[in-house]
Amino acid sequence: MKKQHLSKKEVEHVAWLAHIELSEQEKVLFTEQFNGILDYFKKIDEVDTEGVEPTYHVLDLENVSRKDKPEPSLPVEEALRNAPKREKTFIKAPRIV
Amino acid sequence: MTAEECFHAIFERIHKLEPTINAYVTLIEEEALKKAKQIDRKVSEGKQVGKLAGVAVAVKDAICTQGIATTCSSRMLKDFVPPYDAEVIKRIKREDGVIIGKTNMDEFAMGSSTETSHFGPTHNPWDTSRVPGGSSGGSAACIATDEAVLALGTDTGGSIRCPASYCSVVGLKPTYGLVSRYGLIAYANSLEQIGPMAKDVYDCALFLSVIAGHDSKDGTSVKAAPKDYTGFLKDSVEGFRIGVPREFFGEGTSGAVEEQVWSGIHKLEELGATIEETSLPTLEHSLAAYYIVAMSEASSNLARYDGLRYGYRADKDEGDWATVYSRNRRIGFGAEVRRRIILGTYALSAGYYSKYYLKALKVRTLIRNNFDEAYKKYDVLVGPTMPFPPFKIGEKIEDPLALYMSDVDTVSANLAGLPAISVPCGFTDGLPVGMQILAPPLREDLTLQTAYAFEQNTAYRNRKPALE
Repeated sequence: MKKQHLSKKEVEHVAWLAHIELSEQEKVLFTEQFNGILDYFKKIDEVDTEGVEPTYHVLDLENVSRKDKPEPSLPVEEALRNAPKREKTFIKAPRIV
Repeated sequence: MTAEECFHAIFERIHKLEPTINAYVTLIEEEALKKAKQIDRKVSEGKQVGKLAGVAVAVKDAICTQGIATTCSSRMLKDFVPPYDAEVIKRIKREDGVIIGKTNMDEFAMGSSTETSHFGPTHNPWDTSRVPGGSSGGSAACIATDEAVLALGTDTGGSIRCPASYCSVVGLKPTYGLVSRYGLIAYANSLEQIGPMAKDVYDCALFLSVIAGHDSKDGTSVKAAPKDYTGFLKDSVEGFRIGVPREFFGEGTSGAVEEQVWSGIHKLEELGATIEETSLPTLEHSLAAYYIVAMSEASSNLARYDGLRYGYRADKDEGDWATVYSRNRRIGFGAEVRRRIILGTYALSAGYYSKYYLKALKVRTLIRNNFDEAYKKYDVLVGPTMPFPPFKIGEKIEDPLALYMSDVDTVSANLAGLPAISVPCGFTDGLPVGMQILAPPLREDLTLQTAYAFEQNTAYRNRKPALE
């Protein structure tokens, strides 16, 4: 018997946090699939990681910086070309409040 | 033969085979033929030409090409036309390589079968009822069918090596940071690399020499001196110490794959290497750690798709900002992409961050340490690329976890940032098997030399899929 890690209500909440609309049918399907996947993820609980530092990335790099020097960049028309809705040199956004 | 004649022949082949294979999302025929003519002219005028002069290059559709649609095989980006070239594209053009098309992939590179593409699946040239592997399935398939000479793939958890194995071509995931990611549409940035795919090891090494090198536009780019990797291709593995981790032959590995890969390993022994079975116990946990890290990074990376600046936007903006945003993302993204974003959001959310994300990153440290230890004893590690042969289209797509399991032998190289190559290693019931060779960071030379010696002393590369 698989453990219930996530309820349908929790899936709805996380999907809302991620800004992804789900259909009723998907909520049920995803809940079932997520529980299967999270059950598999339990495998890492077996590993003793006491005192182990996390690896965010594998390189020995810190604060890669460059001189703050202006360089040519995209013209406005180019930069806006892929925006689905525009007005003059602006991107049209949906209602905020 | 002139470049122009050569390109006419390639496009003829593409038009003949594409209804069956579907390796390409976009073809760039007119422009490519124009470039080919220019190269012919350069040659006839006695001008110097680049390393890839007249070579037909296919590019995975996750890599930005200026003025040419770059879709990530997603409805979200189906009309996206990048205003700039990725660094790797600039490097290919600088060496007179000719880009002939953009290849099909799993949506946003999330998959191992090229079935989640908005433009339909790519078919395996060796058996068109089966998957070509993924996510760079189009890139591998077009090499196997001679619909291109070289192809770029990207590898986040095996996405170059898996399709290379399933289509019987060569594919290399370079060391993290060796190839610039500038202009690669991000999925999981701490794991992914762009890499070369080709019909043989020499072409793969040549292509790597062109695309590798430091780029100040990628903050994770390694300052390594440019190399001609073809110079490392010696037909010998005399004195090589090869480790065979038993975890690479874990539960779920098919008997036929195990047998074929072991016969490959014995071939390397015949060629002068010493072989030793070993154990890297942390590999048992690499798949779970990988998926947690990849999904977490994906949830953050793909937050940029709001349908405003670019990407899919529904006609009517009904409701407030959050509603519009959520609707664009439901329609724009396919099911697997949404699953990974939601699960990644969960793994990063308050209360679960330490349990999943942070824990996975600590396991990642242990996996890395385990590799470091192993490389004190061995030059390279060898095992299967894929645990089982190519499966049927539709066989696993309804069961995400079953599909994830196919990445069990490839993800560890991404977690540890290591170079790893897949080289053809035989067939089982007419389906390709690939052998994976992993080396320490920045030792692409060792993976390439081992693969080259193996290839030169076997005949698998001469076999072609029957498509005529």
